[in-house]
Amino acid sequence: MLSINYYLILSAVLFTIGVVGVLTRRNAILIFMCIELMLNSVNLTLVAFSAYLGSVEGQVLVFFVMAVAAAEAAVGLAIVLALFRNHVTVNLDEINILKW
Amino acid sequence: MNNVLSDLSATAPITATVIVSLLLVVVHSFTREFKTGLYWMTLGGILIGIYLGVVTFHHTGYAFNNMLMIGGFASLMDIFFLSAAGFTILLSRPYLERTGGHYGEYYPMILFATIGMMTLATATDLIMTFVGLEVMSVTLYVLAGWTRKVKESNEAALKYFLLGAFATGFLLYGIALIYGASGTTNLVGISENMEALKGNVIFIAGCGLLLIGLAFKVAAVPFHLWVPDVYDGSPTSVSAFMSTGAKGAAFAALALIFSVKFQFMDSQVNIVIALLAVISMVLGNVVAIAQTSIKRMLAYSSIAHAGYMLIGMVAGTEIGVSAILFYIVAYMLTNLGAFGVVSIFEKENRKNLEIEDYAGLARRRPVLAALMAVFMFSLAGIPPLAGFFGKYYLFLAAVESGYTWLAIVGVAASLVSVYYYLRVVVVMYFHDQSSEELVLLPASSMVSLGLSAAGIFLFGVLPSLLINTFRNLF
Repeated sequence: MLSINYYLILSAVLFTIGVVGVLTRRNAILIFMCIELMLNSVNLTLVAFSAYLGSVEGQVLVFFVMAVAAAEAAVGLAIVLALFRNHVTVNLDEINILKW
Repeated sequence: MNNVLSDLSATAPITATVIVSLLLVVVHSFTREFKTGLYWMTLGGILIGIYLGVVTFHHTGYAFNNMLMIGGFASLMDIFFLSAAGFTILLSRPYLERTGGHYGEYYPMILFATIGMMTLATATDLIMTFVGLEVMSVTLYVLAGWTRKVKESNEAALKYFLLGAFATGFLLYGIALIYGASGTTNLVGISENMEALKGNVIFIAGCGLLLIGLAFKVAAVPFHLWVPDVYDGSPTSVSAFMSTGAKGAAFAALALIFSVKFQFMDSQVNIVIALLAVISMVLGNVVAIAQTSIKRMLAYSSIAHAGYMLIGMVAGTEIGVSAILFYIVAYMLTNLGAFGVVSIFEKENRKNLEIEDYAGLARRRPVLAALMAVFMFSLAGIPPLAGFFGKYYLFLAAVESGYTWLAIVGVAASLVSVYYYLRVVVVMYFHDQSSEELVLLPASSMVSLGLSAAGIFLFGVLPSLLINTFRNLF
């Protein structure tokens, strides 16, 4: 069996890729996909810890995370759709009416 | 089965709100034009919830295998957030009817967000903290974009959603690391072997990430970038609810986890929170001076108020946390009132949102101007209003636990804030009026404003009513 460190390092790398993606991308959909990557890397961490510790709580939380991520995806895509109808773009650089 | 039933009745305010909100969804799906009925049902449900909160007050403990707190602190939190929801509903109906977007789904959505707040504020398991936070946030993303034909509202919803989901990622990673270090997600379980966890790198990293996630929700600098845009672009009634309920719930969770109940805080975390407090107060107050839009001014002031409340977190003692709770109440009443006045004064197509538009309001609508003046004075912290005692208790707690410098920064920052709060009053009373247009005063909004103002005076004159209850909680 692989040591838990490999799983943790992999999920940390995936999480970092997600964070960097959120910070560098300008397209709302791509940013949202990077956020999903972050959530799923957390799921990997939780499952790894859960197997390592032999406790079920981590896997329970993974189910909650998946359900919440699905709800977030539904709401998020609806928001992007409503936005696209009015602005005809999903590029964040062009969505800037609100500023001081 | 019996356990489940007794747990459900112990968390009666949440259970009742869940039932009422689901009922509203069902009723609305059968009768599309029954909005008045939905409005009264929502208010009735909120009153029932508040009553159940009072009834369950003395039965303290934990429910659902230590997942939620019940009684005492939890009942008070339930009462606060339900009251905030009630005030918001009263403000929302005339506002949405006037500016568009009065859909029946609005009422269950407000209740869903309230359920999230109550769960977040009383959670004693990190799983529940996460679920409560997300129920609250996902609902608020929808509410921020409620007026879907308004471009600003779309933009606010998208910004809130992307940054909120980003922060959720950090919060979750923090929970995962805390779970890995301690072997459980239960706060009661974690606090039992806290000694073994002190100095554990994974645990400290987890606490840091959890702090980032919650600091985003309370709008502390440097996690505040979404606040001005979201408060400005959202419908004003929703901004009122976001700036009071969501902030209060996140603060309650923060205080519960890091401070008095479970003591996650060690000296290093404390320094970080002190820094957050200082930069929030300074940046919030200084940038608020430069604002010309009243909603953006209130948004920056909300960042500054997050800074004041973080002082109570740094103090960390029971006095500090009870001061935070008092501040949450005072701030809720005041900000619901201030945003309420803004929502009455606002016109279609986002008109009348500049501070200069308030010129001469005192002559046109003396009552509305007087109420706004009360709210501004309370935000500035002028006695004998509730806002003054909120600040007084926070700074007192800081001094008593040896953070005098933090209290001094706080006093200096709130002196700066007097300038931009009073500017609104000066514009209303001493500037020539810009238009003769009469502002309509809807009855239900005025009831909400009147109750807020009455609460501000009550807790300003008799703060001991609340603060003694809070000090006996822990």
